[in-house]
Formats: sequence, C-alpha cells, structure tokens
Amino acid sequence: MAERGGTSSAGGPAAAPGIDAREPTKKPKYSRFSQQELPAFKPILTPGWVITAFVTIGVVFVPIGVGSLFASQQVVEILDRYDLDCVPSSFSENPVNYIQDSNTNKTCTRSLVVPKQMKAPVYVYYQLTNFYQNHRRYVKSRADAQLRSKSSEGETTTCAPEAVTGDNQPIVPCGLIAWSLFNDTYKFSVDNKAIDVNKKDISWKSDREHKFGSDVYPKNFQSGSLIGGGKLNESVPLSEQEDLIVWMRTAALPTFRKLYGRIEVDLEANQRITVLIENNYNTYNFEGKKSLVLSTATWIGGKNDFLGAAYLTIGGLSLFLAICFILVYLVKPRPLGDPSYLSWNKSPADQTDG
Amino acid sequence: METSNHAIERASSVNSLSRRSVSSIQSKMSGGNSLKEVSVAELGSKRVRHGSSRGGDSEFFSMSLKEINDEDARLVYINDPERTNEKFEFAGNEVRTGKYSLITFLPRNLFEQFHRVAYIYFLVIAILNQLPQLAVFGRGASILPLAFVLFVTAIKDAYEDYRRHRADKIENNRHALVWNNGQFQSKRWKDILVGEVIKIKVNETLPCDMVLLSTSDPTGVAYVQTINLDGESNLKTRYAKQETLSRSPEREKIAGLIKCEKPNRNIYGFQANMELDGKKLSLGPSNIVLRGCELKNTAWAVGVAVHTGRETKAMLNSSGAPSKRSSLETRMNLEIVILSFFLITLCIVVSVGAAVWLKHFEDRLDSIVFYHKKDYSKGTVDIDNYNYYGWGMEIFFTFLMAVIVFQIMIPISLYISMELVRIGQAYFMVRDTNMYDEASDSRFQCRALNINEDLGQIKYVFSDKTGTLTENKMEFQSASIGGVDFSHTKASMQGDQVAYMVKVDGKVMKPKVTVKANPELLRLARIEKDSPGESYIHNFFLALASCNTLVPFVIDTSDPAVKIIDYQGESPDEQALAYAAAAYGYMLIERSSGHIVIDVQGEKQRFNVLGLHEFDSDRKRMSVILGCPDKSVKVYVKGADTTMFSVIDRSFQEQVVHATENHLHSYSSLGLRTLVVGMRELSSLEFEQWHSTFEAASTALLGRAALLRKVASNVEKKIKVLGASGIEDKLQQGVPEAIESLRAAGMKVWVLTGDKQETAISIGYSSKLLTGNMTQIIINNNSKESCRKNLEENLLMSKKLMPDSAIGSDAARSSDAGKVQLALIIDGTSLVYVLDSDLEEQLFQLASKCSVVLCCRVAPLQKAGIVALVKKRTADMTLAIGDGANDVSMIQMADVGVGISGQEGRQAVMASDFSMGQFRFLIPLLLVHGHWNYQRMAYMIIYNFYRNSVFVFLMFWFTLFTGFTLTTAITEWSSVLYSVIYTSFPTIVVGILDKNLSRRTLLEYPQLYGSGQRDESYNSKLFWLAMADTLWQSIVVYFIPLFAYWNSTVDISSLGDLWTIAIVIVVNLHLAMDVIRWSWITHAAIWGSIFATCLCVIIIDAIPMLFGFGAIFEIGKTSLFWALLLIIVVAALAPRLAIKVLYQYYRPNDIQIAREAEKYGNLRQVEQLEVEMNSMMTANQRR
Repeated sequence: MAERGGTSSAGGPAAAPGIDAREPTKKPKYSRFSQQELPAFKPILTPGWVITAFVTIGVVFVPIGVGSLFASQQVVEILDRYDLDCVPSSFSENPVNYIQDSNTNKTCTRSLVVPKQMKAPVYVYYQLTNFYQNHRRYVKSRADAQLRSKSSEGETTTCAPEAVTGDNQPIVPCGLIAWSLFNDTYKFSVDNKAIDVNKKDISWKSDREHKFGSDVYPKNFQSGSLIGGGKLNESVPLSEQEDLIVWMRTAALPTFRKLYGRIEVDLEANQRITVLIENNYNTYNFEGKKSLVLSTATWIGGKNDFLGAAYLTIGGLSLFLAICFILVYLVKPRPLGDPSYLSWNKSPADQTDG
Repeated sequence: METSNHAIERASSVNSLSRRSVSSIQSKMSGGNSLKEVSVAELGSKRVRHGSSRGGDSEFFSMSLKEINDEDARLVYINDPERTNEKFEFAGNEVRTGKYSLITFLPRNLFEQFHRVAYIYFLVIAILNQLPQLAVFGRGASILPLAFVLFVTAIKDAYEDYRRHRADKIENNRHALVWNNGQFQSKRWKDILVGEVIKIKVNETLPCDMVLLSTSDPTGVAYVQTINLDGESNLKTRYAKQETLSRSPEREKIAGLIKCEKPNRNIYGFQANMELDGKKLSLGPSNIVLRGCELKNTAWAVGVAVHTGRETKAMLNSSGAPSKRSSLETRMNLEIVILSFFLITLCIVVSVGAAVWLKHFEDRLDSIVFYHKKDYSKGTVDIDNYNYYGWGMEIFFTFLMAVIVFQIMIPISLYISMELVRIGQAYFMVRDTNMYDEASDSRFQCRALNINEDLGQIKYVFSDKTGTLTENKMEFQSASIGGVDFSHTKASMQGDQVAYMVKVDGKVMKPKVTVKANPELLRLARIEKDSPGESYIHNFFLALASCNTLVPFVIDTSDPAVKIIDYQGESPDEQALAYAAAAYGYMLIERSSGHIVIDVQGEKQRFNVLGLHEFDSDRKRMSVILGCPDKSVKVYVKGADTTMFSVIDRSFQEQVVHATENHLHSYSSLGLRTLVVGMRELSSLEFEQWHSTFEAASTALLGRAALLRKVASNVEKKIKVLGASGIEDKLQQGVPEAIESLRAAGMKVWVLTGDKQETAISIGYSSKLLTGNMTQIIINNNSKESCRKNLEENLLMSKKLMPDSAIGSDAARSSDAGKVQLALIIDGTSLVYVLDSDLEEQLFQLASKCSVVLCCRVAPLQKAGIVALVKKRTADMTLAIGDGANDVSMIQMADVGVGISGQEGRQAVMASDFSMGQFRFLIPLLLVHGHWNYQRMAYMIIYNFYRNSVFVFLMFWFTLFTGFTLTTAITEWSSVLYSVIYTSFPTIVVGILDKNLSRRTLLEYPQLYGSGQRDESYNSKLFWLAMADTLWQSIVVYFIPLFAYWNSTVDISSLGDLWTIAIVIVVNLHLAMDVIRWSWITHAAIWGSIFATCLCVIIIDAIPMLFGFGAIFEIGKTSLFWALLLIIVVAALAPRLAIKVLYQYYRPNDIQIAREAEKYGNLRQVEQLEVEMNSMMTANQRR
C-alpha cells in the first residue's frame, strides 16, 4: 500500500484532470531562504541601547539648537510694511480704487534705520501676506512648454483664463501667475546717494537656463481689459526676465517673501535709508499686506528662531527622557527574558490582563 | 440531504467499505444541484462493486429510482456520430480551460478584475478626476495606480492562462483510436464526437466519458484508475453490459440508442438506458468510464462517447475550492469604515473652509489676482465665469476634489499588498521541509489563499480520527475464534513474521503484505484444515477471505518464479483481513464474475459467489453467499458488533458468544477496530427462497435498494458466531506530541470519530488527548429527556469544579497542575438528540468548560453539525482536519479546513483550504506559520492604515493653507508613487519575511500561540494608537517646516520635496523600528525604498517640463533643509520609540519575553535541554 500511496498525491491543487503532470518528487528543496532561516540581525530595545539613543539625540540636538539660535540672532533684518502707509489718506477708505486708478501717483517714500551693521550682500525682499500663490486655480494657470521654447508658443490651454487675447492671439507668457506679476519697485538711497540694487542672479540658475527660453519674448502680455500686475519688456527674452522667473516660482505658503535684489555694499548701523517705492501692486482687495524686507543671511537662511528653539526642545526632551529611563531602570529593573514574566508562569493573582 | 446522510454514517470499524461512499457527493457537488440526484441507493452502493453477482450487477441499483424524461435525455446513437450530433449540438471534445483568447483577453480580464469592489473605488476616483472641474491630478497620474494594479494582475492572469492554453493544446492533440470506415483509426482528442466508438488500450487515458461496450475481459470487466478525477489510486471496476460484450465493431456493426441524462458534475452517478435490438437495457454508474481516468489491467476496452469536452464530468468538476474570508480581513472592515469617516470628515472640513473663504471674498473674486473669476479673453461683452459655478457648486466640487486627493485614506493598495503577502506566506508554507511527508511524497498545499492569517488564531480544533490521528493502515492484531482469544501480542514479541506463500503452477505466490501471525493459531489452522466442516478456524478465515469485495491482482516481481498478490479494494480493513487470512493459509487468489478461488492451505478451491449483500449503514454488516466445493451453500457475514449480536443465534453457543463479547470489549479497550464474523449454512430450500427473492429484488425497477436490504435482512439471521477480529490502526507518528502541543497552545481539541466509545477512549489515551488527571464526563443517552438531565447535571458539576468561568479563555492557565480538567465524551446517539434542539446551548456550555471533547459514533453530517454548533456560538476560530470524504462537510463548515492526503483518497483535500500529509504538521502549520502569518498580516494591516493616513493628513494640513483649494505641494507623481514605490515594498517584505520568534521557540512554547487567540496583534486599541501616532507624525512633518519657512522665499515645489522625503523616511523608519529580524532583504527593502524615493524626487525635479524643475537641487543646497529633515524624523518617531520602550519594558507580553530569552538565552529550560543547539543558534543569530 505504501508505494501506491506515493502516486495518490499526484496532481496539484485543483488540478484539472489530466493537465498537471510535473515533478517526480515533491520534496521542497532546502535553502535558507525558503526555510525562512536567512541570517538576520535581531535588535532588541534594551535599556542601555535606548538610553544611549536618547542621550545621543540630546547631545547632538542641543548644540545644533544653540547654533541655530545664534545664527538667527546674527541676522539683521529690517521689515517695513508699507501697503497702508503708501495710500494717500484721501483713499484710505478705499485703497482698491486708488491702486486701480492709473492716474493716481503711486510713488511713496519710506525711510528705514539700520539697527546693526549689515554686511553685504544685503538681500532685498518683498513680502506679501494672504496671497495664495498656492491657490489651485492660480498655481495651475501656466504653460511650462510655452515658457521654454518659441515653438510651443500656442500651447496655452492650461493658462485659462489668461491664455489668449480677445482676438485669439496667444499671450506669452500666459496664465494667471505671469499675469499677476508683482510690480512694485524700490529705489534705495543713503544721504541722497543712490544704492545700487543688483537684480542679476536673483532667480535659480536652472530656471534661467532650462525652464525659461532665451528665444521666447513676451507677446500680447497684459493687453487685456483687466490688468493683473506688471508688464514686461517685449525685447528681453524670458530667460532674462528674472523678476518674472522669481515670481513664477510660486510660493508654498500664503505668507511669503520673494527676492527683489541684492545690495552689495555694507550698510552701517544707524544709517538712514530712504526708499522710493512705486506702489503699484494691488493687495488691498484680498486684505494682503506688503512689506519691504532687507536682510542678511546665514547658514539657516533668514531670521528664524523657530529651528533653534525646536532643536533645543527636542534635544532637551531627549535628555530628559534619557534621565527618566535611567531612573526607571535603576528603580525598577526587569531582567530581560525572565520566564517568570510569561503569562502562563504568572500566578493568576498578579495577572493584570491577557 | 437528510436522507442521504444518515446512510453515510461511517459507523463501525467493520465496513469501511462504505466509509467513503458518501464521499465526494458533498465535496464535489458544492454546486448543490447534483446532490438531489443522488439517491440513497446510490449512496450505499455506488462504489461497492465486485465481480460477483452475475448479470444483475451492473444495473444493481442504478436505475431504480427514475426513468429519464425524454426532454431531459440526451440521445446518443452508437457508432453514428452524424445522426447523434444532427439534432443536438453536443460539445466537441476540445477542452478549453483557458479563460481568454487573444481577442477577448483585454475586455474579459478587465471585466473580471472589476468584480472587486476595491478596483471599482479606484475607477470611480479616476473617473471623477477626469471631469475637468475636478481634475486634481493630471490624467496620467490619476490613472497610473489603477493601471498599474490592473496591469500586474493582467500579466499574472495572462501567464496562468497561457499555461492553461498550453496544457489544453497538449491535451487536445492527444490521440485515441476511433472506429471509422471499418477500422480503428487514430484521431486527435479534440475531434472526437459524441456517438463515436472508441478503443482504449491499457494504461491509456480516457479522452471522454464513454459507456463501455466490450473489454478484453470475457466478462466485460474493465479496471480504471481515477486518480486524476478524485485522486484515489485504487482501481475501480467497471463493466460492459452482457448484451454488448460480443459486439465489438470489428465483428459486427453496432447500432443502438443510448438515452442518458444531461451532463452533470456527479462523478458517481450516471443514469441511462440503451436500446439495442429492440431490447432496453439500463445503464448505471458502473457502466461508464470517465475522462481523465486511466485504463488499467485491461488490455483494451471499447466504448461509445456520451459526454465530450467540457460536458465531461471531469471538466464539470474542475472548479476550485470555495473562497473564505479571513477573520482578520472581516475585522479590518470595521477599521476601514472608521477610516471612511475620517475621509468624509476631512472632506467636509475642507468644504466648509472653502465655503467660508469663498463667502468672505465673494464680491472680490474677480479682482483677486490669484482667483480671477471671469474669463475676459473672449472680449468684454458677455464675460463668462471661468471655472466658477457658483458658491454652492464650488463647495460641492471642493468636496469631490477632496475625496480624490484624500482617496488613499481608504487603503486600497492594502488589498493588493495582502494578496501578495499571502502568496509569499503560502510559498514559505509550501516550501517548508518540516511539512513535507516522505511517505506519501506530498507537500503542504495552500488551496485557499486568503485565510493564511486565520491559522494563527485557532481556538477549536476538530479532528477526525481514522486516517487523521491514525495512519489508516490497518494491521490485523487479534482474533477471537470460537471463543478463544488469539492475540498477536505474544507472537509479535517473538518478532517472527510469517510470509505465507503458495505454489501455483510452479510459481510461488505470496501476499504483498506480510502479517505477524500467531504461531499457535497457525498451527491450529493447519491442523483443522482436515476437518473443515464444523471448524471455527476454517470458517473464520474462509469468511475473512471471501466476505469482501477485494480484487486480487497478481504482480510479477524481478524473480520470475515469484509473484505477489496484491489485494485491490477500497477498504483498508478488508485488505487487512484478507492479508491476515492469506497469512494463515487462506489466500484469495482469483476473483472473476461469479466465482472466487481461494487457496486453502495449499489447495486451490473454487467457490461460487451466489450473491453478495453490500454493506449499508443501517445493517452495518455485509454478507456473501457462497456455493462451496462440497455443494453446500453458506452465508458468511461480517459486521459491527452492535448489529451482529442482534442477528446471532445464541441458543446453542451461549458460551462462545459470551467469550466473544468479552474479547470484543478488551479489543476495543486496546483501541482496536473490531468486527464480528459469523456464518450460517443454508438449506436448499432456504437457498431457493433467498435466490428467488434476490433475483426479484435485483431486477426490480422501483425501490431496488430497499428490497435488497430486506432480502439481506432475511438471510442474515440465526447467524452462528465464528469469532471477532481486532484490527489495529496505528497512531500516526507524532500525534500524541502534536495533541499535547495543541492543548498547551490553548486550543480545544475535539475528536470526532465513527469508532465505538471504548475504542475512541483508548485512542484518546494513547494520543494523549485524555490524561489520567482528567475528569471524564460521559454522555451516552437514548432519549432527549435523559440527555437533558445528564447535561444539566454535568453542567452543575463542572461549575462546581471550575468556579472560575473565565478559565476557558486561557487554556494555558487551565493546564496548570492542580487544576481539574474536564473531558467530555459523547456518542452519536446522544448527539442526535442534542443537535438542532434546545440542548445545543447546554452542550456548548458544557463543552466550553472541557478542554477535550470526544465524540464517538458520529455520522459525517453530525460532524458538520458539531462544528456549526461551536461556530454559531462563539467568534473563536475553528479548524477542522480530516482525511476522508466523511470529513468534507466539517472541513467546509469550519473557518479553516485542513485535509490530510492519506489513504482515503483526496476528497477531503479537494474540499480543504490547506492540505498536508500528516496530522503532526498541524503543529508547524499553526504554531509556527500560523503565528507568523497572523503577526505579519496584523502588523501589515495596521501599518498600512497608518502609512496611508499619515500621508493624507499631511496633505490635509497643507490644504488648510491654500485657501482650501486642494493644491498639493507634493507633486502629483510623488503622491501617486507614494503608495506604489515609496512605501509599499518594505511592508510587503516585512509582511512576508519578518519573524517575531524563531521556529524553535514557538514550538517549544506552544503557549505563545495565545497571542493570536487573544487578538494581540490586531485590535481597536492598536488601531487607535496607530491613529494617534499618525496624527502626531503628520503634524510634526507638516508644521516643523511650516514654521521654519514661514516668511521665507520657499517655493511650493521645494517644500513639497522636503515633505515627500521626510514623510517617506519617517514612514519607513517607523516600519524599521518594528522590524524584528533584519535580513539582507529587509535592509534592501527599507533603505532601498528611501533611496528610491530620493531618486524619484530627483528624477521628477530633473524634468524641465514639470512644474517643480530644479527644486530639490536648490533646496538641497541649503543646510536648513537637512537640519529640518533630521529634526522631523527624530521628533516624529521619538514618542513612538519612548512609548514602545516603556511598554516593552514594563508591560512585556509573552512574545517580548520570549524574544529576549531567545537572544539572551535566559530561559532555563532552553539552557538545560539544548545547550549546544542554543549556542549554535545564537551564534547564527548574531552573525
């Protein structure tokens, strides 16, 4: 009977009769993989290991936190909100009308005091709030192909509602983003001596070289009935329109800064800088604020205490946890792998739950 | 159903003849329809075929119940395929198991794939996204995940289908001899038509279902092996009708009409009649040979094709096992509903936010530069709104868009991951060398792919006994003959095996199986040969040799002078008895229709088999009527003691009967299967009487089975007891240990057996199911009332013994010494009163207090009833394991069905979810693989919930800062690839490969299995903890960069890249923290995923056409980026680490302790037992 038993197991699972006829012997081949015996590292979170980990975190994080805070303190930043102050008092009730009226004088003069010495380069930013550059309608309204090459000039379908002019001519660059180009301008002077603002290389090199074509020139831009923002010089290719390039790197958050230019001289402490602002850009209808920012930079970027604080907090907490673990370990140690802790070795009395 | 099943009773040890008779009916016919066609008569008889009762045999039972209606009939003109196929479109013999063709593949495959709800969800989301108003993602990105999944599945399906096509092609192009133009010509299988006459030669496979016309055997017998059909390897006899025997087409033209039933799945039923020369003959299942069978021991057979191709019974039966759903998956649905609520909540929050924002700016929307409500491009007159549909609609669209963006909150990819993981787990189960059975060369098989994890949560194990706990290899052990006990125990100590042999025509013949013989009995048998008339011994062995349905086959050996006799039959008991008889000099050497030849102590004697009464479960005995060489006519009966003693004539042999009864009792207490053998000599008058009624009954058209049973009862009376036999069915290797482990693992083991109570209890002891310190509760009643009383009393008693009713919840504790353990023993009769009555509840109450339940004398359907009883009342997982057809119903009823591919064919295997060769493999299957599978799957599900929600929350936070407009900072490609490439691979690898404990530990401490039973790896607490962690981590990942970059020049793409990389690292490290075994594959998967993510981000940002071009390079230059990445990862994961450590340290669960012990080797037992082993292992682990 035994040998007949051997044949009786032929036929795989649910084998249709007569179809399956493989494998003379079915003994599975041994391999470490198939027997799930691959060599493996089996870490266990032992107290020593965990304490070391938390101490390490603390030891690494606290210095970083201190360093960041220090760096942030090093940054000198001048922030001047001018959107309200630059509206004549006659229009203060209705700034939208002021800004939309092409006949009003938009020039506005501000004066800033440098609190501490600012070493060159001093970055000039404009800062907008409540401006949803990440708004879904807005962020999609662009045509990357068109920006890149002249041959794709007509590919404006994604740019609606700023895709074509009334007579169906493509707008270059098309889309809401380009259309809403920020167009306030700043002129700086100290003691009536103008300070140059370098507006070269304020955008990403990769954008200039690959994303914005050197043969693409603005066309039909800002020609509609509704003007969104700045105009472009039609004789300059897009790859050199750095303000546009910067603007078109849409900001992640509704409060953002964008680089306007660099001042490449040191600004001394207590210097009074006069800024001549051309206040063209309409932020009044969406309750946004406009500010001008002058700032130096360090390795963590601009002024931002948050990172340092976060590092200090996490590092501190880690050290705290490490101390707790050490105490807990000393006060109530549990031998690892002690079989008396197994549920079936515990007496039912001290059984807490299953 | 009901009627058929009481007939099925597996009953006593005696006639396992019928053991499988119910067989497949339940298993194969899961479809159900065909069940109704199976009559009681067929059940009793269908396979009990033998070459004896002449003539009447083939139509013995088959046509008794109904004539075939003309409308339902299928008319087959023999040897006239044109006419046959003219009116009816019968299927050709070409088989197509392939589902698709080249053209239909795409539509059909897609259609089938979309039967899954998950894919519909995908599709609806993808379609929503195609609406221009809702297009959140680009077309490509939105379709990609669905397309990917569909593509992978389609490739898999296509490959499988290709294999099926290839197999079909081979199958269809095989050749068979078909009668054509006056000769048998070779023809391809696929061209065979219904009505054609086909000749099959020995060892050839049958191309279609055919009715036998003639065979090489003069009596028209043909032997077939049905291994491809039902997996049974023993030979089955089929018959050609007497009337057609002579009509080989070579000699004369055959013309006739076969009227047969429509094709159906019942491989044991066939109804037809044949009109031949104006005569009407009935055909039954024994006249048909089925496609896929092989012709054996018959030089040739000629038949007419009646069912071809897809209409053959084999093809109709080739459907897979029914699918079950794992309990984990069912539980998971609750959490999916919770996640859906999260999803809807998030969408509502976004919609409300959008509503408020839009309302606030409603009158200014047109002039807000980043909104620009109107489209002026068409001129200044008739200015249309651009993508603005009014406040209400915008909110509605926002809601739908939110659904699209947050869709992965419902982890659809989880379903696919789960499938992949299960395939991987199945691979390891199948490949496990510890579950390979040498003896039968069978591997473990996963027939159901979706309940792997249930194996880790089993609480109840229902086991069959014969063939499951035991080997089902019967060994003749004891005989009580004429009141004298000849036990073999003494003989076996001497260890001499008697290989009886006999010389026939100068050749030595010996039985294939040698039996240890009792020398005393052997001596007596030889002596008493000379006075055969009244000798108990002579008649006893003659009964054993003749009262069966075995067919002896003579097999050549390498030595031409030696031949081996092999008894082919369906009952291992009969074989054991026949081999025993042979050992004592009564060797059955030939069986042909009408007579048998028995070699009696070297002298060939020919007996006429005048009639044979099949075993049936009412009588529980069978009898054969022999015309002996001395012209006397004798009835030999063998059967279960219960029914035999009622037909015994006690008057003249009181002592013998008494002694036999005592011996029977002692045999069954030893765990032997017993049966009683008796005889009676018939006077010529009695014989005449019997003969006429037998003839009448066997030719009766209606109620033949009942008539035959009556005839049998009439002749089986006043029986003289010859003796009793005891057959040992050895326990399978490792069964006691396995049962001990199962019980230690907190499983309740129920053994359901057809054996007598004494046999069952004794097996219970030897298999360590019952132990000395158990209190046995025996329920053995004959009426409902006494049952009730008994149950109530015992319930009270059990409550007294175990006041702590929670004891059942943790069997691990109940196994403590000092605790009283209960064992319930209940018999089939009592169960009849209990099942389907209000007593069920009481039985369950009682049984749940017992750690062991033993049910004896149980009928197959009762087995299912018992499983159902438990399943109905508890949420605990049940597992049923069995090997025979009588276990099929219980295997299908239980949550997990395990089939043993043993001696009893493969019906249990076919109905099971998992199959294996030995009972003891249950231990590695449950304790090791089940445990791992459960832990892995449970972890994977929770992790997937977390993984997807954390990403959704991350996007949700950002939405709050975009004017509720569902912009995603993370590029659409990254958000699509997130669940496809960035994070999916490690979960699958961990789901397949991670092992929380080693095999050795799990086997050594079966109690560790309890973690699955207690749902320790998947419960609401873990889910909510994971969700809390999700919230924390998403907040950290989102808000730390937010505050760091507030008032800065950061652009959306750069920040999106930071978030992408941060979340992927966090999610993967989260997984890494929970990985227990780091093999190189785990390392590769986790670090590889992080690397792949960075690579993908870099690639996406290197494409100038995409929005985010260059972002990662710009932000990567800043140290702020790296500082943020570091703090995000640490801050996100630190709380989890701290809590995990505290939990592991102060509330360690068993698994944690065992892990530590495994690593540091603190378990004392381990050290004591296997010092060497241990050091080897730890050396391995540390490597």
